[in-house]
Amino acid sequence: MTGGLAALFALGVVFVVLLAVAALYCILVSRNLIRILIGLELLIKSVTLLLGVAGYVTGRMALAQTFIITLIVIEVVVIAVAAGVVIGIHRRNHDLDACKLRNLRG
Amino acid sequence: MTFDTTTIILLAALLVAGVCTVMISDLLLAAIGLAVSSAILTLILFHLGGPLAAVFELSVCAGLITVVFIATISLTKADSCEDERWEKLRILKRFVFLPLVVAIIGWRLAVAGIHAERIAAPLSGEVEGVRQALWSMRRLDLLGQILIILAGVFGVVVLFKGKIDDGEAEK
Repeated sequence: MTGGLAALFALGVVFVVLLAVAALYCILVSRNLIRILIGLELLIKSVTLLLGVAGYVTGRMALAQTFIITLIVIEVVVIAVAAGVVIGIHRRNHDLDACKLRNLRG
Repeated sequence: MTFDTTTIILLAALLVAGVCTVMISDLLLAAIGLAVSSAILTLILFHLGGPLAAVFELSVCAGLITVVFIATISLTKADSCEDERWEKLRILKRFVFLPLVVAIIGWRLAVAGIHAERIAAPLSGEVEGVRQALWSMRRLDLLGQILIILAGVFGVVVLFKGKIDDGEAEK
């Protein structure tokens, strides 16, 4: 691998890690369910960026694009179903606080 | 393009947009911040030579998912669920801890350095098209994608069916 590509990969990995840290922080600190979903979405974006950078650096951008498309499809399904679940929780509990979800508590 | 100013600016803009999305307290603005992050990621993917993935990212992530988030926020009329007494701690957590954590980890990564030669595979001379990669190399994955989309559709149908039944029962 040439020095320029190695530097690009290293730079990409640094930004991916930082974005993933921000997303994990959002997921762990927030109590609002929609905000947790936003954190999950950001985490998926960091993975997308990593796939793009890795595909460019290894010279297999076409394969990386197919992986990214698959990731986007899964992301949409997960977010659509999770949004439906969030709406259902709000209709039942009239609240979106994750700490107050105790319906399944034994 | 290997290592130029545009790449650094786009990556930094993506990080700033992501951190701002986490820090903004208004949920609607956070959803818009997420759409901005998707748009910047689209630019990065286009810059890296992946136009198809960039178009998917822009249309689906910056468009469809933002609509889903805004619809969810408007349907739930979600207020901030933190109490007033936690307001100071919330501001501290959001505006001090997160930038501090990101800055410290970024500094540590910059100091330590990442040996990309060990991580990434060597350059291959083979250049394949997206069409060939999608339809020849990943045929089984497409079946999985179809199943996942069907699962998502059935999940949404079941969720909304339950809500319609509840509404009729209330009447």
